[in-house]
Amino acid sequence: MESRRNPRAVVDPKVRQVGFFTSSQPDSTQQPDPIASESHPVSSISPSGNSLSPVMIPPPRHTSSDTFPIRAAAASAVSPSSFSYSSRRDFPDGSTTASPGRVSRGSFAKSSVPAASSLPGVGMDSMAAAKSSSVPASGLTTVSVVNMPAGLSEKATGMEVQSDQKKNSKPLKEKTTKAERRALQEAQRAAKAAAKVEGGKAPPVTSGSVASTNVKANKPAKPASQKNDGVAAAGGASEKKGGPSEKDRKKDAPHPRMQYDDESRVVKAKRRAVVKQTEAKNRVELFRHLPQYEHGTQLPDLETKFFQLDPMHPAVYKVGLQYLSGDISGGNARCIAMLQAFQEVVKDYSTPPEKTLNRDMTAKISSYVSFLIECRPLSISMGNAIRFLKNRIAKLPITLSESEAKTALQSDIERFINEKIITADNVIVKHAVTKIRDGDVLLTYGSPSAVEMVLLHAHELKKKFRVLVVDSRPKLEGQLLLRRLIKRGINCTYTHINAISYIMHEVTKVFLGASSVLSNGTVYSRVGTACVAMVANAFRVPVLVCCEAYKFHERVQLDSICSNELGDPNAISKVHGREDINYLDGLTNNANLQFLNLMYDATPSDYISMIITDYGMVPPTSVPVIVREYQKEHLLV
Amino acid sequence: MWRRSASFILDERRSSNSPPMADTTRGGPFQNPDAISAYYQTRAAHHGVITSDWLAQAQAAVGGVSGEEQTVSPAAESGADKTFNVIEEFNGWRKQPDLAEAVAAIRALAAVIRASEATTMMELEIELKKASDTLKSWDKTSISLTAGCDLFIRYVTRTSALEYEDFNSAKSRLLERAEKFGEISCKARKIIAMLSQDFIFDGCTILVHGLSRVVLEILKTAAQNNKLFRVLCTEGRPDGTGVLLANELSKLDIPVKLLLDSAVAYSMDEVDMVFVGADGVVESGGVINMMGTYQIALVAHSMNKPVYVAAESYKFARLYPLDQKDMAPALRPIEFGIKIAAKVEVERSARDYTPPQYLTLLFTDLGVLSPSVVSDELIQLYL
Repeated sequence: MESRRNPRAVVDPKVRQVGFFTSSQPDSTQQPDPIASESHPVSSISPSGNSLSPVMIPPPRHTSSDTFPIRAAAASAVSPSSFSYSSRRDFPDGSTTASPGRVSRGSFAKSSVPAASSLPGVGMDSMAAAKSSSVPASGLTTVSVVNMPAGLSEKATGMEVQSDQKKNSKPLKEKTTKAERRALQEAQRAAKAAAKVEGGKAPPVTSGSVASTNVKANKPAKPASQKNDGVAAAGGASEKKGGPSEKDRKKDAPHPRMQYDDESRVVKAKRRAVVKQTEAKNRVELFRHLPQYEHGTQLPDLETKFFQLDPMHPAVYKVGLQYLSGDISGGNARCIAMLQAFQEVVKDYSTPPEKTLNRDMTAKISSYVSFLIECRPLSISMGNAIRFLKNRIAKLPITLSESEAKTALQSDIERFINEKIITADNVIVKHAVTKIRDGDVLLTYGSPSAVEMVLLHAHELKKKFRVLVVDSRPKLEGQLLLRRLIKRGINCTYTHINAISYIMHEVTKVFLGASSVLSNGTVYSRVGTACVAMVANAFRVPVLVCCEAYKFHERVQLDSICSNELGDPNAISKVHGREDINYLDGLTNNANLQFLNLMYDATPSDYISMIITDYGMVPPTSVPVIVREYQKEHLLV
Repeated sequence: MWRRSASFILDERRSSNSPPMADTTRGGPFQNPDAISAYYQTRAAHHGVITSDWLAQAQAAVGGVSGEEQTVSPAAESGADKTFNVIEEFNGWRKQPDLAEAVAAIRALAAVIRASEATTMMELEIELKKASDTLKSWDKTSISLTAGCDLFIRYVTRTSALEYEDFNSAKSRLLERAEKFGEISCKARKIIAMLSQDFIFDGCTILVHGLSRVVLEILKTAAQNNKLFRVLCTEGRPDGTGVLLANELSKLDIPVKLLLDSAVAYSMDEVDMVFVGADGVVESGGVINMMGTYQIALVAHSMNKPVYVAAESYKFARLYPLDQKDMAPALRPIEFGIKIAAKVEVERSARDYTPPQYLTLLFTDLGVLSPSVVSDELIQLYL
């Protein structure tokens, strides 16, 4: 077994190390003490916090030896992080993304996975005990210390050795485990067969079953944990998946918040992708967890495939293309377009034989959704709408005939669009115009559809006010709003966002739109909104956000980094129509220059005075209350 | 004399129809074309500051409703056609000492249900709505009256009893809830006084602004519990509320010191906490109260002193002012003691809005709340 040296002695300046790293970490000969390596997973979970679901707390570090029965739980609890192990494989290739923290986390996870797979031989009752216990334990020290029952053969000892070696030299694990992995695979298959023979009294003891008892977020991690054994992610995963096929189908749709800096999952997602996207080469380190593709490559490719894609419904395909090209933008427009496409889908749907309508349609919708995600990541409003639709499909009574079910679904979608978007907008307009007085100077940013309606309605009511439209590159959406307002005869001023502090002193109120409002009152909206709100707050100008209630989400986001969308970097480098200042043209692939085109940002709730929704005018602190009441309502409906 | 409800004074004077005996020498030229707030007028009457305009209004109010809104009289008259007149009931309740206006309205509305001859639920609700509108129009500027009526209607009709087949059982259920709401509102002051006792510690100095009966109840209870504290009262011009409050507190043997309104910042160092009442609590968690509250809250906030608001829960209103001018105006005449030239304008607003970030806690009969809970309560009630 050759020792794998860490080629990186100097920390790459492009890599941003967040967390606690000791300088002696990369040395392969040194034995990192368990504490240090165990603490790394905790710290490294935060920067690339993709491994754990938002609600999972990293398992506490126990070093006691009495954790044998709960090792399975530990392994299962840690299994979400285990998929990141695969990323570690890129490390020797000199990929700049692997940080020492990742390496140790991979090692940490690696040793616990064999723990899980060794358990099948141990016995069913330990499994049961493991399941009942909810205290995860660290795998590193316990694996070696634990007292294995006699039933377990040299495999366990071999594993012990392996885990010891893991502690000693992390780079070794790549090679040492190939044989081990095959052995483990065999053991797992045998155990599963044995379990099936026994009538399945105890649940099958693949790690898949262990994961099934966990939170749903682990499901995407399951293939990764099984993949750990394979060298190539794709090859290993496909042959390893002896697991039930429904779980397969659920894994089909990549998790909407999948983190894209994990190579294995990206490759896996690409295998199923309809849209062939080429990843951009020159990416900002901090945002590697977001997808970024070369723009302009997909559209012609997809257009040629229009008549070849059987599984895809043409309406959905069309909407996807419209997203890709940017023809449809804005939360409401995208959501309505998607829902109308789904209405078409339902209309043309016919249940295949041997399948139930609920399950099959849900699967179809999921595959369409994954296609749409590939075209352009989902907005939160679309996510909520999809959740509603799936909920309605699941609640369809079995007794309904197919045509009845289809009409019911279509009318449900119609009702959703009418109630939650169109009527909601009317209510918002009604509330908002009461806040507009004669002599007001209203500022708005970008092109929010709700605010546009408010301004037009106020103008119809003959209120005397003037509007200040603030705009920003590269989208220049404000110009569209400006045209529409001027056509109606509203007195407008137009400026760019760099002049915001210059004009703010004459503004009386600021009206903003939102893509979503999160549970802590944070407004997630077009990039630049936070700036506008901040400057308005400094000038003590009230900021009113107009947002329909279906866009609220129970998520909490503290910054604009952990979840965002990256646009086309070329849009920044090129200034349209001004060839003389296109200094950055052609520099997009320069290694020393990275372009960052963020689409969204998060505005803290302190800068917001009031949120106008279809539930009335509420302070930002009341958003979780509405989410709570609203969830109840739309689930009951 | 302060024990009697302010509006009772108005009734007494109205019914006796005798000219008030107070110094009207100070009456200056006040052009009040519109919107003199009856609410603040009655408070002025209560506190013995009489103006000629008040007198005129009192005489005009003999007809049974507030005089400034001529359109109200026909409504009341049509209401009088029925055997049951909600305004009369309202007045009857208001005669009770110590009763807040909104509570009297709530009691009157409960009586409407009791005396209703409707045979369907829809009819009953319409009757209730009409009665509530009549009451609200009695004084359009009183926030607690409007809020109390709205909350009552919401609370009472928000029950599954409305789905009962039998109308009588549904009606009795409504009545039950109405009575309960009335009870809660009546007892609200006692509950609030009880809850706030923990916040008054021995040796503390309390700054009070305006004459709120709730705050007075709190201080009375604290004195009865033998707590040692002293009170600083602002003068409360032009109503002179501070002087009256000081007189009352001295009767209870509480050490009290009277301050000019402008001396608040000067004395804020020695203050431990500020207690104010509220005319209305708005959806953002802020309060609308007598003019001067915002000023005191700002000073207290900058000096890190807690500001506590004592308000009953029926004062929660679905308003959301963005700034001081965003409310319905409530004007009152102000006497300056010396003649003012005709061209000089006078700011006559009677109340101001204090945003929630300057308030520490709200003491209500629902418990001790933080300002952001107001919106939660309203959403739960209205959704």
